[in-house]
Amino acid sequence: MQVPATFAYERAGSVPHALELLDRYGPDARVVAGGHSLIPMMKLRLAQPEALIDINGLSELAQLSVEDGELVIGSMVRHAELLAGAVATGPYPIFEDAERVIADPIVRNRGTVGGSLCQGDPSEDLAAVFAALRATAVIQGPAGVRKVPVREFHEGPYETAVGDGELLLALRVPILDGAGSAYEKVERRVGDWPVAAAGAVLQLDGGVIARAGIGLTAVGAEHFCAPEAEAHLIGKPPGAEVFAEAGRIAAEHCEPHSDQRGPADYKRHLAAELTRRALARAVERI
Amino acid sequence: MSFGRMHRKEDARFIRGRGTYVDDVKLPGMLHGAILRSPYAHARIVSIDTSAAEAHPKVKAVVTGATLAGLNLAWMPTLSNDVQAVLATDKVRFQGQEVAFVVAEDRYAARDALELIEVEYEPLDAVIDARTALDAGAPVIRDDLEGKADNHIFDWQAGDRARTDELFERAEVTVAQDMLYPRVHPAPLETCGALADFDKVTGKLTVWCPTQAPHAHRTLYAMVAGLPEHKIRVISPDIGGGFGNKVGIYPGYVCAIVGSIVTGRPVKWMEDRSENLMSTSFARDYHMHGEIAADRDGRIKAIRVKVLADHGAFNGTAQPTKFPAGFFHVFTGSYDLEAAHCEVTGVYTNKAPGGVAYACSFRITEAVYLVERLMDVLAAELGVDPAELRMRNLLKPDQFPYTSPTGWEYDSGDYPKTLRLALDMAGYDELRAEQAAKRARGELMGIGISFFTEAVGAGPRKHMDILGLGMADGAELRVHPTGKAVLRVSCQSQGQGHETTFAQIVGNELGIPADDVEVVHGDTDQTPFGLGTYGSRSTPVSGAATAVVARKVRDRAKLVAAAMLEASPDDLEWQDGKWSVVGDPSTAKSLAEIALAAHSNLELPEGVEGHLDAVTVYNPPNLTYPFGAYICVVDVDPGTGQVKVRRFVAVDDCGVRINPMIVEGQVHGGLADGVGMALMQVMAFDEDGNHLGASFMDYLLPTSMECPSWELGETVSPSPFHPIGAKGVGESATVGSPAAVVNAVVDALAPYGIRHADMPLTPANVWRTIDGRPFRTDLAIS
Repeated sequence: MQVPATFAYERAGSVPHALELLDRYGPDARVVAGGHSLIPMMKLRLAQPEALIDINGLSELAQLSVEDGELVIGSMVRHAELLAGAVATGPYPIFEDAERVIADPIVRNRGTVGGSLCQGDPSEDLAAVFAALRATAVIQGPAGVRKVPVREFHEGPYETAVGDGELLLALRVPILDGAGSAYEKVERRVGDWPVAAAGAVLQLDGGVIARAGIGLTAVGAEHFCAPEAEAHLIGKPPGAEVFAEAGRIAAEHCEPHSDQRGPADYKRHLAAELTRRALARAVERI
Repeated sequence: MSFGRMHRKEDARFIRGRGTYVDDVKLPGMLHGAILRSPYAHARIVSIDTSAAEAHPKVKAVVTGATLAGLNLAWMPTLSNDVQAVLATDKVRFQGQEVAFVVAEDRYAARDALELIEVEYEPLDAVIDARTALDAGAPVIRDDLEGKADNHIFDWQAGDRARTDELFERAEVTVAQDMLYPRVHPAPLETCGALADFDKVTGKLTVWCPTQAPHAHRTLYAMVAGLPEHKIRVISPDIGGGFGNKVGIYPGYVCAIVGSIVTGRPVKWMEDRSENLMSTSFARDYHMHGEIAADRDGRIKAIRVKVLADHGAFNGTAQPTKFPAGFFHVFTGSYDLEAAHCEVTGVYTNKAPGGVAYACSFRITEAVYLVERLMDVLAAELGVDPAELRMRNLLKPDQFPYTSPTGWEYDSGDYPKTLRLALDMAGYDELRAEQAAKRARGELMGIGISFFTEAVGAGPRKHMDILGLGMADGAELRVHPTGKAVLRVSCQSQGQGHETTFAQIVGNELGIPADDVEVVHGDTDQTPFGLGTYGSRSTPVSGAATAVVARKVRDRAKLVAAAMLEASPDDLEWQDGKWSVVGDPSTAKSLAEIALAAHSNLELPEGVEGHLDAVTVYNPPNLTYPFGAYICVVDVDPGTGQVKVRRFVAVDDCGVRINPMIVEGQVHGGLADGVGMALMQVMAFDEDGNHLGASFMDYLLPTSMECPSWELGETVSPSPFHPIGAKGVGESATVGSPAAVVNAVVDALAPYGIRHADMPLTPANVWRTIDGRPFRTDLAIS
């Protein structure tokens, strides 16, 4: 049986209290939300934090709503909540596509949107989704609240813009009128991390692509996005050839690594193939 | 009263969470053990410093190989007459090997103390790829064995080499195929573990352990540790899945026992998931080269096979002594051919020991996979439909009992009928038409067939044993005065539903409801000797023993009934579950009435004992030979390599079905296993011997999402060698299904000229195969 090393446990009663606890315990404290990444790592003793700050009681972080033309997803919103309601999946079916294939229902019942992003796993599905949507992360620290574009949020594998003593409060996603979105993932088995996955968001204007967002995960795409491929799409009418070319461009700019999910060349192929498919499905949904 | 569907008696406790597993057992004063394991696949141990761990305030004992060497317990025999290190003394030989054992007041402290043990290793080159194990200059893994200068374990062969070679020389058509059955793991949801309680006052050792073979464990503990056998009690409570993983004795069990003897307190050790996957019995790891000789009409003449068998660092496979490759030589399958020959070479590598385990019926899984893949390769070569090719070569009903070219005596069957039923259920012709239409549109659809025959129920004791213990099993049946019965059997259920099935057998023989029969198993102090549950042997052996012992009770009841009726026993007949005077049903006496009389003051004839209890030992006259026809339909996405199993038709013939619902449950589980092995499961290793499948993130179990709604059918060919005509079925689907799935995927890829791909057929593997660049699935992907 796997058992973690000794740690202190604190339950935060409010965001200021959580920040105070983070300050008190310092950099060896970890915030626990759904715990579905952190707790297994602790049981395997790959992580040995001195203290856990439990933010499960912070209902102010569980908001899921539309404010000022923006979708606001609190960091404590559970995957299952995002999937169940139409608040996020209505304007952006990409959430439904992605959430349906994140882990399994048991994990989705507890795992949180903020936890997924803050874990910073290079194969995280939601990182690609928010990158495609050009979301903004809202972070609070001792110095106050700051906003970080999600394409600057991930600073490397397991490294994010959320510093010591800070807490991710929410993700804000601009709602684009008449946008289409989709997510395509290849996994070895349901619930597995992706071998590769791609998300796409498209908005047309006058029959040509006015806005394009492409998110990629598990393929070594910088900041989980594909700006060169997006640039290729702008101003062109949507179509199989232009999408295939965008996929090729996206794949060129990836740096996938071989592992037991597949060799690098296969993952690069998937980056192209899944980008193409996500774009095609996104445009069908406009 | 008898055979048929009934809910499992054990479900009442399982669905309420009221089962009792080893980890549920808590004894006063119980301590907890944890094992320090090797991070290296191959390294010399320079030194071990346990002083800091011993100084931990909650640590009660630290045991190392040196401690055990002092007790002559550092090495223990394996189930294949090799030896295995309990705790390493000289070298570590696989990643995850046991190095030290800590006993502490709680699990957390035990685990913490592991980090305080300092081991200095001198890393050595590792042998990871079995194909290089016999190379000149390969590192010698087993230098502990006197004079051992290579990694060779055994060469073994079966069949008629000269006749087989002759047929190959004369053959109109031959095909050959290399194939790998990769290393997989049974991965029971309950991991292994033990709770040992040595009572210094009475000298009695009690071991709670999820073992599939409690009696064999008891005897081996007595032989190895020198403890008197009557002072050893092995209790195997509810088991959360075994699949062969829980047959042998693991170092942790011995450590828990030593820990209890050393500390004088009960010691519990439960392994974690990674320990289970990294160190306990694996399955398969067979590198096979198969050839088939046929004429142009597709009549097969001969099969020739060479196998390189990777046994890991210690030869620990569980199998009868005569058969180092298990029952692999049943590889001629379900077909009528003239000759066959196989050669198997076993080698050591720097991987965990084990083998056989995982519902394989002693290597029949490998044999079935081999022959069923070869049949498809031949079909492709000849341009003959795979169903038609099988139909031309299947054994005919009038050939039974049939002696195979490698010496097996198949018991019964109508193979063509079973295959026809499966083809009809699948709508085979329509599927082929659909496939043709899809191929014309560039879509990939595959149809795969597997027709398997197993040899299960080991076995006749003159041929089959485990470490010299013959594979016969006992049964005891007590009938209480009110006609309720208690059956005691030697085997142990890991979820197979023995408490129900065996009660039904007794009920059927004695005319009482199955609910009136309590089945006791899994406690060596409470049950007769026998070798346990694996290789689908429970119903063929213990189930037969149950029928036989129940018939003994019935015969005893006849004498008592005769006394009750003041008639001659010769004038009685058994009708509708009662003894009555021939032709006079009004005289009928039920078992309950007879049982009460047997315990009463009724005067019994001279020489007739009172009571009805009986005992037996069943030595099977032959194995039983279940078989089946499986058809799998898949769709493959050429852009991603993803495989979707759309349909799966499984027609099983396991002779008489005692409880069809339980049989179907066993088949469902085995089919899911097959999908898992075919599509996602493998334990691969990198060049340094790092285990690349040591958690459920990396070693994938299939879920309902990967499984179609199974379509089951049955034919019934009773076994003439079993008292109720039953055959084992626990492993049929695991044995038969991987070939059907792989054949379906390969069939889908036929437009690319592909004739074979190794398991697991992950999206990456399929895509690379389409691209003509398959990779070794058992090594690190680069």
